[in-house]
Amino acid sequence: MITAAAQEREHYLNQNYGLKSWLLTKDHKRIGLLYLFTVTLFFFLGGAFATMIRIELLTPTGNFVSSETYNKLFTMHGVAMIFFFLIPSIPATLGNFFLPMMIGARDLAFPRINLLSWYLLVVGGLFSLFAMLAGGVDTGWTFYTPYSTTYSNSWVIATALGIFIAGFSSILTGLNFIVTVHRMRAPGMTWMRMPLFVWSTYATALIQVLGTPVLAVTIILLFCERVFHIGIFDPALGGDPVLFQHLFWFYSHPAVYIMVLPAMGVISEIVSVFSRKPVFGYHFVAFASMAIAVLGFLVWGHHLFVATQSVYAGLVFSFLSYFVAIPSAIKVFNWTATLYKGSISFATPMLYAFGFIGLFTIGGLTGLFVAALGFDVHVTDTYFVVAHFHYIMVGGTIMAYLGGLHYWWPKMTGRMYPEGWARLSALVIFLGFNLTFFPQFILGYLGMPRRYHVYPDEFQVLHVLSTAGASVLAVGYLMPMIYFIWSLRYGAMAPANPWGATGLEWKTPSPPSLHNFDEMPIVTHEAYDYSTVIGEEIQVG
Amino acid sequence: MASESHAHEETLALREQFETEAQQKDASTLGMWIFLITEVMFFGGMFLAYTVYRRIYPEVFALASSSLNVYIGAANTVVLLCSSLTMVLAVRAAQLGKTKAIVAFLILTLILGGVFLGVKAYEWNEKFEEHHIPGASFHFEGMSPDQQAHAQLFFSLYFAMTGLHALHMIIGAGLLLYLIVHARRGVYANGYDTPVDLIGLYWHFVDIIWIFLFPLLYLIDRHMR
Repeated sequence: MITAAAQEREHYLNQNYGLKSWLLTKDHKRIGLLYLFTVTLFFFLGGAFATMIRIELLTPTGNFVSSETYNKLFTMHGVAMIFFFLIPSIPATLGNFFLPMMIGARDLAFPRINLLSWYLLVVGGLFSLFAMLAGGVDTGWTFYTPYSTTYSNSWVIATALGIFIAGFSSILTGLNFIVTVHRMRAPGMTWMRMPLFVWSTYATALIQVLGTPVLAVTIILLFCERVFHIGIFDPALGGDPVLFQHLFWFYSHPAVYIMVLPAMGVISEIVSVFSRKPVFGYHFVAFASMAIAVLGFLVWGHHLFVATQSVYAGLVFSFLSYFVAIPSAIKVFNWTATLYKGSISFATPMLYAFGFIGLFTIGGLTGLFVAALGFDVHVTDTYFVVAHFHYIMVGGTIMAYLGGLHYWWPKMTGRMYPEGWARLSALVIFLGFNLTFFPQFILGYLGMPRRYHVYPDEFQVLHVLSTAGASVLAVGYLMPMIYFIWSLRYGAMAPANPWGATGLEWKTPSPPSLHNFDEMPIVTHEAYDYSTVIGEEIQVG
Repeated sequence: MASESHAHEETLALREQFETEAQQKDASTLGMWIFLITEVMFFGGMFLAYTVYRRIYPEVFALASSSLNVYIGAANTVVLLCSSLTMVLAVRAAQLGKTKAIVAFLILTLILGGVFLGVKAYEWNEKFEEHHIPGASFHFEGMSPDQQAHAQLFFSLYFAMTGLHALHMIIGAGLLLYLIVHARRGVYANGYDTPVDLIGLYWHFVDIIWIFLFPLLYLIDRHMR
């Protein structure tokens, strides 16, 4: 029930109404919700492609779609999920909404650029959507030359242009975040008092700013090659197709960290709050984010182990790839150590965080397998790799994204979600995910190549298991979608700080007022100092 | 509303989200520098491609480079450097709030930028007439068929790099026009000079790109003669 008092209070959602007040808003919170809406659409679009892929793979013969259509399905699944869901997901929705609030700012440094970056994502998305509707694209999400430049008869240019435009959205978001963290922190909010979500979003922003322009210029060269045949990637003129792979992975490997670093930030917040302890080894976790951002730029060559790269280069890239395991392991160990002797509550966000830690660990450890030169040659382009990166991106990023959405939902909307259903969704997603992707490790190890829609009969059992898991997973993803929308109207009113969390975002009423803080907050404590919130009203215990 | 006490009336020099004008200027400047870093990475991809192919085909690149007119290129470099000078003078005038001087120096910068682009267009046209455009009709005097192909790579990079640079110049010219219109209205008369400052940074950056492009494209065979 909406109480009279709640109706009277002005906040960012009821300040003004109408389409225009949303489409022209400069409020980072509303823009965060615009992003939420947009990336959710692309998530379900990418999910629809995945569904068709899994249906096709139920049987060893290609009897649901043709091989051409299958090529398009996995390509468009990748494009929609990576460029229009995973990359903007946590930074552009949760980051947009909470980064300014967590450091005590009224808004991002450049609100109009923030709005522009949303429009760029939408325009880029429309280009790609147009390509998908007009006939699709079949190059794989990696657009490897010379297939993408010379041989493919699909909508390469329109899709690539969409990614190019969406890339600027990502660059501008990163730029905005970096400047905001440097220049907009409230008095007393020193670097070492920043919540770890801010640290990881900051590290992400550095990658967005340094990596994405390289993707942009690569797409320009791809465009020139496809349209004007300028020869940069064409052996007939002395060019080298592998140069494309180098340029592409120089962005696209760090892009993996664009996807997973913000997820790690969300987990740091959740694990601390629901065990009511400061994150163990705060400084190490913060610097681990920066280390991942830096190391991420030094390992792209491990995507080229079988692509005519010299053995010595392969050795160096293999060696460097192992280094990424160090900061990643620091994080996992420190989250686990945070739990030790904590007062742990198994609220929904915490269940998602546990899911993240388990799945990310499996994804990370199999990452060491594929970083090893000898083993990778064996499993290159097999389902082992597919399973590995889905454990990181789906098991990692999407778990954290959903965990973060549950955690901050009361603040964003002023409503509580139904706890029972939400816990069930976390469980369903965890089980469905493992059933979908664990068999793929075995498939890949046995030699099932990725991107094929026919396969030997003996693989069918594992494929059927995987498709069954995908069905469970789909149910799990639909559940939050339904009860979140339900909660907007019927959910219980959320108090200002339902979890007893310490962040500045919880010092404001739910939902926050237009300028976030009625008075400039002054920070006097380290992050995660739970002595500061004793006695506040807490929803779960 | 209590929030009114915290927020303030918005002006150009002090937007809502900032506490002080100094903070806003600081943030805007940092934002511009970060943008320029993204530009370095953006051009970096092309410089990488250039480096790779020049290392593989040094002789052909030197030969192909010798067909570019060094004197025109050098003169154009001087023009661009002069435009940087007038840009700096415009920035200084903005710091002093001298509207007429700002407008005058910005117009001078715009003219010099236009001259540069005009000369560039002339050079490109020359390439068309000499059949130095990569494609079916490409022909370079005195080269074997293999070298012909590799020379096309040089000219592909030449057009891609100078083209991207010219595109940045055109965007810069648009920004200058924007500044001129606003400067004439006296927007920068009262100590608010951030846009002039930042677009100045951008203009210098585009100049610096050319400072790298000129030797890499025009001068690579000079020491071989």
